[in-house]
Amino acid sequence: VRKTTAQEDFLRGIWKENPVLVQLLGMCPTLAVTGTVDNAMVMGIATFFVLVGSSVLVATFKSVIPKEVRISGYILIIATFVQIADFATHALVPDIWKQLGPFVPLIVVNCIILGRQEAFASKNTVGRATLDAVGTGFGFIITMLIMGSAREIIGDGTWLGHPLFGHHYQPWVIMALPPGGFFTLGFVLLAIGWRKGRKAEAVRPRHWPHGVTSEVGGPV
Amino acid sequence: MSERKLPMAHVHGGHGNGSRGPGAPPIQVEASSLRLVATLAVAGAVAGMAIVTAFRLTKPSIDEHNAADLAAAVTEVLGGAKTYKTAYLEGGTFTLEPRDTAGLDRIYVGYDANGQPDGVAMEAAEPGFQDVIDLIFGFDPSKGDVIGMKVLHNLETPGLGARIGTDSSFLDQFDDASTPLLGVKEGQGKGKKNEVVMITGSTISSRAVIKIINDRLGAIRKPVETYWSTIAGTSSMTSAGGGL
Repeated sequence: VRKTTAQEDFLRGIWKENPVLVQLLGMCPTLAVTGTVDNAMVMGIATFFVLVGSSVLVATFKSVIPKEVRISGYILIIATFVQIADFATHALVPDIWKQLGPFVPLIVVNCIILGRQEAFASKNTVGRATLDAVGTGFGFIITMLIMGSAREIIGDGTWLGHPLFGHHYQPWVIMALPPGGFFTLGFVLLAIGWRKGRKAEAVRPRHWPHGVTSEVGGPV
Repeated sequence: MSERKLPMAHVHGGHGNGSRGPGAPPIQVEASSLRLVATLAVAGAVAGMAIVTAFRLTKPSIDEHNAADLAAAVTEVLGGAKTYKTAYLEGGTFTLEPRDTAGLDRIYVGYDANGQPDGVAMEAAEPGFQDVIDLIFGFDPSKGDVIGMKVLHNLETPGLGARIGTDSSFLDQFDDASTPLLGVKEGQGKGKKNEVVMITGSTISSRAVIKIINDRLGAIRKPVETYWSTIAGTSSMTSAGGGL
């Protein structure tokens, strides 16, 4: 397996392997708390904090955690950071904390975080694990920002609480409701898929003859 | 038999990794149960300490927010109370100094600038459309009227049910409304003092708010009125610290 560079470790999670848009992990907060930008941002930052903290600790202690109890160990580390994030959110932004309700404690079961521990942090150095976690965390924050902005602007006519369209705008309430989460995610994924398709279309004739659709290295 | 086989197995195993068949899993050292338990115990203890530290660091700030929220809510629903005292329901009557406050129902008695009691505020909660709606409302026991209402916590649908906490035309109806409250649909009210026009599209949440206040008053009205009769008019004694 080719070793990745530091830059690749960092950038991978932001776009190419974006945890939500490409890996489709962490759907629960993405759909549930992106009704407004501030909720989405606080959730993104809390998840970022938990992800980076857990990855640093897991990478640091990977050799002393026996493999039989590694998942319990990761969950213990993650749960500790989540509880700290919950206290901090309550102390710093109490109004948003109230709106996020159970979704801050539910970061414990966010697959993005456990996934990065099992797939990367437990097998790599602290430095690489940190870069990977920071990149993945930013990827998650960016996704939350996209989702939150789209839903708040369409569903409420505001961005971060600032009115954008004046009094004549009739908010499209469904975008602030749970179905709006699915619609928005669907359209964002559609846009990404469409872009990827166009890119592949543009690249293919230069490398392969027409009609060859296999991925690089796959059996033709 | 088994004794004879064991050395054989040992010999085969003794060749190390190279002698194992291609399908065999790689040799992994099994950690002892003691080590597993010890690892998790140590990790758990460290995690516990970290959580306690975070709790202690954030607690003053969280308590401050909660106290400020409560004080703001009490003064808001009592419309101009300057201070408030917490009274606890102990053994069927309200007292300012119970033996133990844990688990006791409580009301907040608001006092105006002259030290006169001007109403009681009480919290109440019941399920709404999506989750429990937690609210506080002011009550004037001498008139039997609701003075004001504020939603403390709700997870109702944003833009619809959540308007019970933000829509001023809905909230204003709780100022000096007589009880029991009666929810009416828009355009169907008869202008009575106990009518609350429900928000169009949020009837379930609106009705829940009305029911929460009615239920709470139904359950607690008697002891509140009894307590009120003891403090109204004797408020100078109360503020002087007279034990009630």
